[in-house]
Amino acid sequence: MTNKTLVQISKDLTAGKYSSRELTQDIIADIKARDSIYNSFISVSEELALKQADAADARINAGSAELLTGIPFAHKDLFCTQGHATTAASKMLANFVPPYESTVGQRLLSAGAVCVGKTNMDEFAMGSSNENSYFGAVKNPWDLTAVPGGSSGGSAAAVAAGLVPAATGTDTGGSIRQPASFCNLTGIKPTYGRVSRFGIIAYASSLDQAGPMCKTAADAALMLNAMAGFDPQDSTSVQQETPDFTADLNRPLQGLKVGLPKEFFGPGLNPQVAQCIMTAVQQIEALGAQIIDISLPNLELSIPAYYVIAPSEASSNLSRFDGVRFGYRCDQPNDLMDLYCRTRAEGFGTEVKRRIMVGTYALSEGYYDAYYVKAQRIRRLIKDDFTRALSQVDVIMGPVAPTPAFDLGSNTKDPVAMYLEDIYTLSANMAGIPAMSTPAGFVNGRPVGLHIMGNYFAEAKLLNIAHQYQQVTDWHLQTPPSNGIPVSNQTKGAE
Amino acid sequence: MALENADIENIALLARLQVSSSETNDYANSISSILCLIDQMQQVSTDGVEPLSNPHDATQRLRKDEITCDNQREAFMALAPAAEDGLYLVPKVLD
Repeated sequence: MTNKTLVQISKDLTAGKYSSRELTQDIIADIKARDSIYNSFISVSEELALKQADAADARINAGSAELLTGIPFAHKDLFCTQGHATTAASKMLANFVPPYESTVGQRLLSAGAVCVGKTNMDEFAMGSSNENSYFGAVKNPWDLTAVPGGSSGGSAAAVAAGLVPAATGTDTGGSIRQPASFCNLTGIKPTYGRVSRFGIIAYASSLDQAGPMCKTAADAALMLNAMAGFDPQDSTSVQQETPDFTADLNRPLQGLKVGLPKEFFGPGLNPQVAQCIMTAVQQIEALGAQIIDISLPNLELSIPAYYVIAPSEASSNLSRFDGVRFGYRCDQPNDLMDLYCRTRAEGFGTEVKRRIMVGTYALSEGYYDAYYVKAQRIRRLIKDDFTRALSQVDVIMGPVAPTPAFDLGSNTKDPVAMYLEDIYTLSANMAGIPAMSTPAGFVNGRPVGLHIMGNYFAEAKLLNIAHQYQQVTDWHLQTPPSNGIPVSNQTKGAE
Repeated sequence: MALENADIENIALLARLQVSSSETNDYANSISSILCLIDQMQQVSTDGVEPLSNPHDATQRLRKDEITCDNQREAFMALAPAAEDGLYLVPKVLD
């Protein structure tokens, strides 16, 4: 049932093929039966979900349903859910039950969607493999020996495995797009400020954006419609009218100008991934697009600049976890300093502590200009690169990640090697532009995503392109092998 | 830039993180390699480039100083690991 799209489920619910309660019960039973394979959920909210499903069924019967009414979804466990545990995959918040709902969560609930549970992730969204979770690593449904990507790895694995039809994610440096790419999903990081950050546990506030992770571009558009919009409770929310993101899905791509940045196709890119991407670009060209070579000269600097700005903002944001007001507290502190230091040492995992320390160092006296301000100047160079490129072309395409999903455990010893995996995704967060991943083939049974980036507030255009591409390809329709062992060692994307 | 164990101890103190002596060396090595990556920034000239802190160059939006929601004191205090009579409890600060 959950291999259906949101669009199909919406039709089924309206037609009375099944009720939201029946669907929700099935989905929760399926999660309980099968998620031990993937570890994609941290918690299931059965009681709340069934209440929401009953309310949705009442709306459907009363004829006041919206498109998402009655449809189950999962939240990344970074979104505060009122009355249900929200952990950020950290021991620090293992028992935290928020007294309020995130704005995104409230919007989805108001639309009648049913939250069945909270998905696993890298602790506080810090990671690219979902191996930094207090609740254990997540496995990629396409190949159980591979990572699902991160930090929204649980959301990606849950949707890919058919446990839920859609999930929320957040993307600070690629955390929606890279797991979407690794798990064969459609995921979009909207323009910075498009979706409210209120009630989403903060990692790096000037980079964080929430977005949908779905099976198709049409589903992502539908879900983004519910998630996006100005929120007075988020001071960086942008006061822009929210368009109907589904309105342009069927627009032909005739005359579209697509830029291919040479920096996205350098020596670090896996040649089979490159082949998948070039095949996809040719298919988009065949739909009427014009392909133009461009350059984003400061792309490589996005890694060092990001790994200053994000940890700096994180060290500030995570200073709130002090063992006093909420969250974990160490046993029997000797004094106040011991309470702070031991609570934080015991409550945070290694990568979180590492980033807090890098950020603390970058912001400390004597280093602030050399690190933090320097990174912010480079951030402007990166934004200027995109502004220049997007005056020449409508969208930019390339790979989402240099490789398909890598093996579990292969990068855990070396944080720098893990950071280098983010080369193609960080720059969109630095510039604040929207960017997405859409399925574009497989390498040795592991999915490859096509990265589409556009100008500020051009989400509808990105979704339009992905939807048109999905009309002429069937990568997005493929489902993982039920036993998690790849069926093929062929490079299907290059056929 | 290579950090010594003493640097890690100082940063950990600033960050209010207890780091055991067995962890200090690992953090010194991994954070040094991260700083080495970060130092690539120094290769490019950014003279005359304004720092960018918000992607839209937006400034903080202010709202009117009005009460917009009810007092949630009890709901929030219920989350505290230790609280009594409306006060958060911490180890003794003054003798």
